[in-house]
Amino acid sequence: MTTFTSPTNAGRRRPPSRPFNWRRAIALTLLTLAIAVSILPFYWVLRTALSSNGSLAANSANLLPADFNLGAFKRVFGLQSASEAIAEGGSGASINFWQYLWNSLLFSGITTACAVFFSSMAAYAFSRLRWKGRDAVFSLFLATMLVPPIFTALPNFLLIKNLGLLNSMLGLVLPYLFMTPFAIFFMRQFFLNMSREVEEAAMLDGAKHWRIFFQIIMPNAAAPIATLALLTFMGQWNEYFWPLLVGTSEESRVLTVGLGVFKSQSPQGAPDWSGLMAATLVSATPVLILFAIFGKRIVNSIGFNGTK
Amino acid sequence: MTTLTKKPDPGLSARAPRKSRKRGKPSDGFRGIGDLKVALFFIAPAMVGLILFYLVPTIRGIYLSFTEYSILGDPEWIGARNYERIAKDPLFWNALGVTAEYVVINIVLQTALALGLAILMHRVAKSTLIRGALLMPYLMANVIAALLWFWMLDYQIGIINQIIEWTGLPRVAFFGSEQWAIPTQALINTWRHMGYTALLIFAGLQAIPNSVYEAASIDGSKAMNTFWRITLPLLRPVLVLVLVVTVIGSFQVFDTVAVTTAGGPVNATRVLQFYIYQRAFNEQDFGYGSALAVILFLILAIVAFIQMKFLRGNQSDLD
Repeated sequence: MTTFTSPTNAGRRRPPSRPFNWRRAIALTLLTLAIAVSILPFYWVLRTALSSNGSLAANSANLLPADFNLGAFKRVFGLQSASEAIAEGGSGASINFWQYLWNSLLFSGITTACAVFFSSMAAYAFSRLRWKGRDAVFSLFLATMLVPPIFTALPNFLLIKNLGLLNSMLGLVLPYLFMTPFAIFFMRQFFLNMSREVEEAAMLDGAKHWRIFFQIIMPNAAAPIATLALLTFMGQWNEYFWPLLVGTSEESRVLTVGLGVFKSQSPQGAPDWSGLMAATLVSATPVLILFAIFGKRIVNSIGFNGTK
Repeated sequence: MTTLTKKPDPGLSARAPRKSRKRGKPSDGFRGIGDLKVALFFIAPAMVGLILFYLVPTIRGIYLSFTEYSILGDPEWIGARNYERIAKDPLFWNALGVTAEYVVINIVLQTALALGLAILMHRVAKSTLIRGALLMPYLMANVIAALLWFWMLDYQIGIINQIIEWTGLPRVAFFGSEQWAIPTQALINTWRHMGYTALLIFAGLQAIPNSVYEAASIDGSKAMNTFWRITLPLLRPVLVLVLVVTVIGSFQVFDTVAVTTAGGPVNATRVLQFYIYQRAFNEQDFGYGSALAVILFLILAIVAFIQMKFLRGNQSDLD
């Protein structure tokens, strides 16, 4: 667990080497500016989503919602009648974000659970077991990180198509189910640094490897597994290219793809900005919630390169 | 997910492989041959994934690039003809140029901003809250970042153009003009990745031991001098990693383009991956699309090789 926290908190603050306070002031100003650029757009999305679409043009620089109302969110969740939606600037086409939200949850949840589990199993074999060819096989797994996703996406699309799984949840999740090279690398790095004592004691008691894996290794690795699961889930949540190829039916369309469709349905010339921003916000919400709860864990995982 | 989770080869991270050899050796309780069977059981699922979705598609992708294939019929072997067509395809060369422009803007802007930010954080504020705020854009999907900026940069009523007008400058057609379209895409990407990259570099800064700075200051080294002579060289492995990740990621730009400009105006944002997508899926020319993908693959491999070889990204001066 400590393995994954960056040494930020180690109290290495350097004594200020320069007495000029204005330098510090400029530094803080620049940092504040960067933070503003990073998070103010999110406020603008919220402000637009809570505005009435018709009033946006006349109040384009108003900091508060223009003509506050929740119509945009109703449009996103299909709670408005077509005529109402058109009156408020929507396309009137039926679009159901509940379905997409559910699909995204399924897609991200299933792939995360399976990939993290199977990758941990493989990582165990690459770290705690000794067998011929281990390092060569591990290198092969790592090498796949260098293959650009578009390159395998074309043949994978054909495979899913030949299996008759286009536009199904199974076809969507299949390529991600078994492992990700990063997950194997990540877990292996952790397993390598685990103490052998408990494991050896269990071994002397005659415990089998699968029992050691489930009862000793996995529980002790709960923290890195949680971090890995978070990173994987958020990555899957944001995935666009593969779902765009494979999941275009209502039953298999995830939020990112749904957003694209929503945007292209928007009336040309005077787009439904409120609706689009409401949809954007809805799509971002799950990740924002995860970030609010696990922010520290996520932040500290950045910069992890297996050596700390 | 790729960028978030992609960490190239542990060769990049200095000591990983050496460590594995040292610590990976189980102590005496095990006998080598006995573990093989167990190991096969443990790697079986991952192996299925590796073979079905990485190895076979890689071979199949290369094979398809030598065929004429429209999905409906069977692939028909046509030798290197796809590659000959690519060499004479003005849209391909345009895509390559446009992608290169995008990559260059990203490298320069993103690396410079992130390095600056990382140093600022390292000097004046190390709190998790600040790092979290800077990381927020990175957690959003490309599609979300694209739509958010599509709205903010709207020509008519986008807030940014309002601000531009207040300063007395003419409005900018960020997505609608040919010369602005690619820089705009790069700006969106920079916004999304700046904080993440800064955090990577920040982690690298944290790893430089204090004693190094203390020694420098005892020797009377000036701040600027310390930065150029000590900080930057010691950051090299991290900077190379950032560079590799940025370049490889930027070459595969697709999401933001697909959602906002879809290749236009005219061909201004028809980046490589979008062009591949169009040829393979819109025009059902899978053979040609595969050949384009092979070329993209080769470009990325060469770029990664050059960066690792010449920047010695896998060696740390701290050892």
